[in-house]
Amino acid sequence: MTAVTKADLAARLHEELGFNKREARELVEQFFEQIRQALEDNEHVKLSGFGNFETRDKRERPGRNPKTGEVIPVPPRRVVTFKPGQKLKARVETYAGSEQEPSQG
Amino acid sequence: MTRSELIEQIAGLQPQLPQKDVELAVKGIIEYLTQALASGNRVEIRGFGSFSLHYRAPRLGRNPRTGTAVQLDERHVPHFKPGKELRDRVNKSL
Repeated sequence: MTAVTKADLAARLHEELGFNKREARELVEQFFEQIRQALEDNEHVKLSGFGNFETRDKRERPGRNPKTGEVIPVPPRRVVTFKPGQKLKARVETYAGSEQEPSQG
Repeated sequence: MTRSELIEQIAGLQPQLPQKDVELAVKGIIEYLTQALASGNRVEIRGFGSFSLHYRAPRLGRNPRTGTAVQLDERHVPHFKPGKELRDRVNKSL
């Protein structure tokens, strides 16, 4: 199982939709950069049929240095979460690959 | 930002392309991402993040209204893990 990368997405835009190679590469780059930019601006991103990217603010919480056991506060953070949409969920739900499948008794 | 706003943003950066073409490309990218996951592949976008499937074991659930037990089959759910650049840029905006 190999991972799909930006190069694979650009190759498909070129081969299947006829964009030239430079345009295909730029479109893929801009797709992800515009989403990053919106999230950086604390804007939620809603891609209908795929899912929503949102930011969440986490409060400071007590954490531990796993090596020394010392208690140190984890500072407040802003994190990204992804909520898959109905269509994406429906399309992956039935995937019956062997890779992650535990044997059922 | 919605999908159509994303299309407009990208169209502004690609003035030589008709907006219809940018729309085709954005829909294509979303479809390719979906197909990758639907066929059990991971997606890894450096600096953005990775999409993968998480397995959910079969379990006995309940209809919350009637309380009757229902068998829920095993399934896979999409999962996104933000990459370092995305994490850092979003966190810096706090």
